[in-house]
Amino acid sequence: MRVWKFGDDIDTDAIIPGRFLTIYDPQELARHAFEGTREDFAAQVEPGDMIVAGRNFGCGSSREHAPLALKGAGIDMVIARSFARIFYRNAINTGLLPLICEQADAIDEGSTIRVDLEEHVVEAAGKRYPLEPVPGFFREIADAGGLVAWARTLEEVELCTGSRS
Amino acid sequence: MAATTVEAIFSRTCGKDVHAGDVMMVPVDGAMIHDITGPLAIRVFQQMGGERVFDPGRVIMLFDHQVPADSIPAAENQAYMRQFAREQGIHNYDLHEGVCHQVVMEKGRAGPGEIVVGTDSHTCTYGAAGAFATGIGSTDMGFVLRFGALYFRVPETIRIEVSGEFSPFVGPKDLILAITGDIGADGATYRALEFGGETIAGMSMAGRMTCCNMAIEMGAKTGIVPPDALTWKYMEERRAISPFRLESDADAAFCEVREYDAADLVPKVAVPHNVDHVVDVTEVAGTRVDQVFLGSCTNGRFEDFLEAAEILGDRSFSPDVRVLIIPASREEYLKVLRAGLIERFVEAGALVEAPCCGPCMGGSFGLLAPGEVSLSTSNRNFRGRQGSTGAEVYLSSPATAAASAIAGEITDPREVS
Repeated sequence: MRVWKFGDDIDTDAIIPGRFLTIYDPQELARHAFEGTREDFAAQVEPGDMIVAGRNFGCGSSREHAPLALKGAGIDMVIARSFARIFYRNAINTGLLPLICEQADAIDEGSTIRVDLEEHVVEAAGKRYPLEPVPGFFREIADAGGLVAWARTLEEVELCTGSRS
Repeated sequence: MAATTVEAIFSRTCGKDVHAGDVMMVPVDGAMIHDITGPLAIRVFQQMGGERVFDPGRVIMLFDHQVPADSIPAAENQAYMRQFAREQGIHNYDLHEGVCHQVVMEKGRAGPGEIVVGTDSHTCTYGAAGAFATGIGSTDMGFVLRFGALYFRVPETIRIEVSGEFSPFVGPKDLILAITGDIGADGATYRALEFGGETIAGMSMAGRMTCCNMAIEMGAKTGIVPPDALTWKYMEERRAISPFRLESDADAAFCEVREYDAADLVPKVAVPHNVDHVVDVTEVAGTRVDQVFLGSCTNGRFEDFLEAAEILGDRSFSPDVRVLIIPASREEYLKVLRAGLIERFVEAGALVEAPCCGPCMGGSFGLLAPGEVSLSTSNRNFRGRQGSTGAEVYLSSPATAAASAIAGEITDPREVS
């Protein structure tokens, strides 16, 4: 599980450029992930690798092609100091787990890491960094495997009920 | 209990007091899908067991990103959506009307107090109509098509209070670029931006749309201008509607209040490759430009082209610049055409294209080669946004874009007039 390290404000145009948006197949999208901005990614990424980034990962467009391209590349989790709102929801909905780690910047490119979702911690180079727990409702969708699987259990929705975040 | 405009909208929809921080399933009044993100939303709807959409009258379909179809896959996507619209009884504006956000506004499909979602991040534009409008992904949209509702976290609100008069050749785009530079690309994440004050009260609907459009560039969930007489007039021209009070209470809890004096502003430019890298035009004046794009959901309306035409006068655009003029909708195109501006732009050397997203889509046409520089009135300057990742995109007002297109380099519009 090697780490692919990215900086702040990684936008969805970088994750998957606009000219590939007629594609919907995750594996095919993955072949163009970060094309033009990080050429080695699509060529060398392996299933189980992880992305670690700075602030505001996934800013920009609402294109779900972005989390799908990462899923297609075999990425199951992205760890970042923070996420853009639409990307965060799209990731949860499509089964890509977005994990917030305030100290993500301390994790190095190429390092081997281990994520413990029960303990809410990520281990890299012998150090442990806390992860923010995924909020309740999002966790429910993530545990179901995404919004499609979660929605398939519903006949109808109960309106205007909810909880405090 | 005192409420912000956004809290008031959710409370009105749910018939009970709702506060920032509440997470709840809320019915939506409108759902917009376009040619890029629509096909996936339809597939998700079907995967969720959907057979009939929740209410075909509340679904808005149109094509604007790759029109007329620029590739066979694009043509296939549009054919797929047309078929779905026919089966479901959804009114499909197809490629006839223009860019989604302009069309939703001018057809009156988003109104004060309504909750509208769209599979496009700039859906926040409809805050100019007093709606709570936000961009969502295709999977969330599949859920909306199936159930007519979506989980929302009611956002806290940052109030932006603007007073004073703009100087000549300074306007709403310069204001929102200045705000974006101050707040930063993630400074409003998960929050709403509410615009108010005497300058906003005196601002046209087009200017308000420009401001709300760019709320997402600060990470905001939406931008909103509480409806006033101008909003209600705009709505009444488009559909039957009765005005009601919708605004933040005097003692509403804003998480932050920022004040601006429009008179202090100068023309602003966002420099590559982030929208919050904002400088005064004087700092980048003289930068060579290869292409100038006047259009988009941010600045593709009649008054934007009028502003450009006033700068242009009887001059010509630089022969070294490709000037692309793309009105945001058929309605705006006709206004520009009837005012004689199209003839003037073509005489001056511009290419005028039919309403669509143009180069801002980054994959259709008007793309940049490595090393080229574009100045654009759109909303994003990310690396590769308008073609090669080796190209650079600057963002500005229509006045600055027109002045720069004449000179062939980034130019302060106050110098040209």
